[in-house]
Amino acid sequence: MASVSLDHALVLAAILFAIGFAGLLTRRNLIVVLACIEIMLNAGGLAFVAAGARWGQADGQVMFLFVLAMAAAEVAVGLAIAIRFRQSLKSLDVDDADEMKG
Amino acid sequence: MLGLLWLIPALPAAGFLALVLLNRRLDRTAAAWIGAGSVGLSALVALLVCGSFIVSPPAGDAYHQVLWTWMDVAGFAPNIGFYLDAVSVLWVLVITFVGFLIHLYSTEHMEHDEGFTRFFMYLNLFVASMLVLVLADNLLLLYLGWEGVGLCSYLLISFWQKDPQNVYCGRKAFIVTRVGDTALIAGLFLLFTQVHTLEIQPMLAAAQESFVPGSAVAVAAALLILGGAIGKSAQVPLQTWLPDAMAGPSPVSALIHAATMVTAGVYLIARTNVLFTLAPDARLIVAIVGTVTLLLAGFSALVQHDLKRALAYSTISQIGYMFLALGVSGWEAGVFHFMTHAFFKALLFLAAGVIIEALADEHDIFKMGGLRRELPAVFWTFTIGAAALAALPFVTDGFYSKDLIIATSLGSVDGNLWFYAGAIVGAFVTTLYSFRLVWLVFFGERHTEVSRRPRRRQLVPLWILAVLSVVSGLIWMPPWLAGFHPFETFLDTALPPIEFTGEYAHFAESALGALVTISVVVVGIGIAWLLWMPWRRGTHAFSESPAVRPLAAYWLGGWGFDWVYERVFVIPVKWFARVARNDLVDHVVDGIAWLNVAAWRTLSAGQTGRLRAYVAVAGFGIALVLAVVVLR
Repeated sequence: MASVSLDHALVLAAILFAIGFAGLLTRRNLIVVLACIEIMLNAGGLAFVAAGARWGQADGQVMFLFVLAMAAAEVAVGLAIAIRFRQSLKSLDVDDADEMKG
Repeated sequence: MLGLLWLIPALPAAGFLALVLLNRRLDRTAAAWIGAGSVGLSALVALLVCGSFIVSPPAGDAYHQVLWTWMDVAGFAPNIGFYLDAVSVLWVLVITFVGFLIHLYSTEHMEHDEGFTRFFMYLNLFVASMLVLVLADNLLLLYLGWEGVGLCSYLLISFWQKDPQNVYCGRKAFIVTRVGDTALIAGLFLLFTQVHTLEIQPMLAAAQESFVPGSAVAVAAALLILGGAIGKSAQVPLQTWLPDAMAGPSPVSALIHAATMVTAGVYLIARTNVLFTLAPDARLIVAIVGTVTLLLAGFSALVQHDLKRALAYSTISQIGYMFLALGVSGWEAGVFHFMTHAFFKALLFLAAGVIIEALADEHDIFKMGGLRRELPAVFWTFTIGAAALAALPFVTDGFYSKDLIIATSLGSVDGNLWFYAGAIVGAFVTTLYSFRLVWLVFFGERHTEVSRRPRRRQLVPLWILAVLSVVSGLIWMPPWLAGFHPFETFLDTALPPIEFTGEYAHFAESALGALVTISVVVVGIGIAWLLWMPWRRGTHAFSESPAVRPLAAYWLGGWGFDWVYERVFVIPVKWFARVARNDLVDHVVDGIAWLNVAAWRTLSAGQTGRLRAYVAVAGFGIALVLAVVVLR
C-alpha cells in the first residue's frame, strides 16, 4: 500500500480549508456558514494528525482531540445563536444582521 | 460679655445654613422663625456686647477677638478675627436692630410669596456678611463680607427671577459694583506691598509712620479704596445701578439698598480715615464726589414717578451728604448721618412697601393720592420719615445730622463755600422731593382702591423706626442749642473729632449758620406745598410746562448716565464679543473638533455590519501576515 506522504495530507488539508473559507465568504445561510467553519476546523485537525504521524509523536492526535472538543462547544454556541437569530430576525441570512453598522 | 462678639455674625450665618439645609422641609412659620429669630437673637447679643462695651470700655477703647488663622502663606497670615470699636459698635447695632425690624416686617410682607424660605435665606446671609464686613479686623476678611453683601444684593434684586427685567437689574447692580470692587482689591494689593499687612489697625499705624502726607502712594491707596466705596455706595459715576435695584422686594430696598449695604463705602472710608488724612487730594475728591452726587441725585429724585425710584435717588443723594462729610474731614458727621439715615430711610422704604402692597403693586405716585384717610398709620410714619429726610428742624433726627454736615462743609479746615452751597441747595431739593411725595401720595383725590391693609408685624417696625427717626438725633445736639452730645464723645474714641478751624468756622458753628439751614428747609416745604399740593391746580401745570418738561425728562433718566454708558461700554463690548466669536483661537478649537468628526466618519464607514465582509478582510489580513512571515 502506497504510503500517504505528509505533503499529500497537507495539500488535502489546504484544499479543505480553502473550500471552507470559500463557503464562509459566499454562503449566506447561517447553518451552512457553521458547517463551513466545521470544515475549516477539520482541515486544521487533519494537518495536526498528519504532522504527528510524520514525526511519530502523539501530540498531533492529542491536539486533534482538543479540536474536536472545541468544535463540539462551538457548534453548541453556534446553533444556539442560530436559533436566537431565527427568532429575532425571522431569517437565517447572515446579511440581514447588519444593525450594528456604523 | 465682649467674648460673645463672634456670636453676632455667627447667628445669622447659622440661620442661613439651617434654611439652606432644611429648605423644602420647612413650612412658612418655621422659616419665618428661623429667619427673623436668628437676626433677633443676634440683635440681643449685639445689645449685650455693645452695651457692655459702652458701659465699661475695654483698654484702648477697642476689643479685638481672634478666632483662628484663616491661612498662612509665605508670611501672609490674615485672621478670622473681629475688631470692635465705636464705629463698628454703631454699625453692628444698626444692622442687627434695623435688620431685625425689617425681617419682622418681611414675615408679613412676603407671606404669600412662593420664594418665602429663599427670601429669608438670602436675607440672613446678607446680615451675616454685612456683620463680617463691619467687624473684620483685616481688609481681606472685610473684602469677604464686601463681596458677600454684593452677592446677596444681586440675589435679592433679581429675587423675582421669572421677570427678565428683574434679572437684568440684578446683573447691572452686580457688574457696576464690580468696577468699584476691582479698584478696592487693587488698593488692598497696593497696601500690602507697601506695609506688608492687611490687619487694619497695624496697617493704619504703619501707613501713618511710613507714608509721606500727600505722597503719590498715599493718594493712590486712598483713591483705590474710594473707588470701591463709590461702587458700593452708588456715588457718581457708578450710581446708575441703585435706581434699578428697586426691582427687588421693598424690605430688600429698605435693608440693603438704603440702610446698610450702600453705606459700606462710608464705613470703609471712616475706617481708613488715617489714609485719607494722609491724602488731601483724595479727600478733596471724596468731597467733590459727594457734592456732585447729592445734587444730581436730588434733582433726579424730584421728577420720578415711581415711588421707590424717588426714594432710591434720595438714598444716593443722602449718601452723597455722607461722602461730603467724610471729604471735609467730618468723619463723625458722616457716621452720624449714616445712623439717622438708616432709621428714616428704612422707615420710608417699609412704608412705601405697605403702600405699594395696599394698592396692588402700583408704583406710580400720580396714581396714588388720598391715602391719608385710608392708611393713617402709614401716613403718619411716612410723613415722619419724609420730614426726617427733609431735615425738618428740631423734631427729626435728619435735621441734627444734616445740619452738622452742612456746618462741617463750611467750617472745617477742608470746607469751602462751594461745598456749602452744594449742601444748601441739596437740602432745599431734598425738602422739595420729600414733601412732593407726601403731598402726592397722601393728599388729594384717591385714584386707586386700597385692597390690603397692613397688620401688626408691619406696623410695629414702622412705629419703632418712626420713634427712632425722631429721637435718635437728640444724642448729638449742636453747641448753640444744648451742650448734650454723648454720641460725639463716644465716637471720639475711634475717630478724629471734627475741628471747626476753617475760614468761616465761626459762622458755621453758630446759630446763625443753622438758621440758614432751617430757613431753607421751611421755605422748601412751602414751595413743595405750592407746587404739588393736589388741590392747588399747579401740580401738572408746572411739571408739564414747556420750560420744565425737557429738563424733567433729562433728570428722570438720571442725567443721561445710563444713555452714555450704554453707548460707551455696553454696545461696543457686545459688538466686540460678536466679532471676536470667530477669531483664530476659535478656528483651532473648531479644527480639533472637525478632525475628530472626520476620523469617526472614516472608521465607522468600515463597520458595514456584513459578516462576510469582515471574514474576507480578516482572511486577507491573515494571508498577508503569513505571506510576510513565510516569504521573508
